[in-house]
Amino acid sequence: MSQDLFGIHGKALELRSQRMGVLASNIANAGTPGYKARDIDFTAAIKAADAGASADQAAGAATLYRVPVMPSLDGNTVELQNEQLAFSENAVGYSTTLEFIRGRVDTVKRALRGD
Amino acid sequence: MSSPLNLFGVAQRGMSAQLVRMNAAASNLANAGSVSGTEDGAYKPIRAVFSEDLDRASGLSTVAVAGVVREKAAAVRQHNPDHPLADENGDGWSAPVDENAEMVEMLEASRQYQNMVEALSTAKQLMLETMRMK
Repeated sequence: MSQDLFGIHGKALELRSQRMGVLASNIANAGTPGYKARDIDFTAAIKAADAGASADQAAGAATLYRVPVMPSLDGNTVELQNEQLAFSENAVGYSTTLEFIRGRVDTVKRALRGD
Repeated sequence: MSSPLNLFGVAQRGMSAQLVRMNAAASNLANAGSVSGTEDGAYKPIRAVFSEDLDRASGLSTVAVAGVVREKAAAVRQHNPDHPLADENGDGWSAPVDENAEMVEMLEASRQYQNMVEALSTAKQLMLETMRMK
């Protein structure tokens, strides 16, 4: 039902939210020895979700370890500037998706009010 | 932990871990230059050790402080016969604290704390926007 109303945007918002959690985990573990940074390949995840997978399945299948530009000596692969960039990019994507959903809600509300 | 981890839990534990690290660095700085009468009695710098704490239910991973360890650095011998704690050779043992390294440690901890706050406030803003959508 919500899938019909919001199209792909419902799942996109879910995926954006999950990716935000993964990136926040990376930022939190910036100083943890041996921590391997992860990220969700959003393009692959949204493709899988579009093909009918649930958001959880799609996110799980598209979660990959990040390849560091310059690995550090303690085995940690978090590169803070990349994580912050990905986090803000993801936040913008989240806002955009939210705006699409808001637009759809407004359309439906206008139709209901009849003005 | 009973309830599954959310973003706020991740940030809270991450920030606590950085605070432990900052406290360790502050303790080291406070004890820099302290002198002991014996080699074993000298202050040894402490260091927080982090480990990853993965919550399988939500796929989020946060930080846990695996422990606070004492460094094995050797105490610095100082010849100072006038010092009241000096041994029969006139030597005292001072704490092997590298002030510059501790300052860098504090700076790094505070920067990572700030990053966590920044990420959390962005996430909170987005959550609120989602909640307020009517």
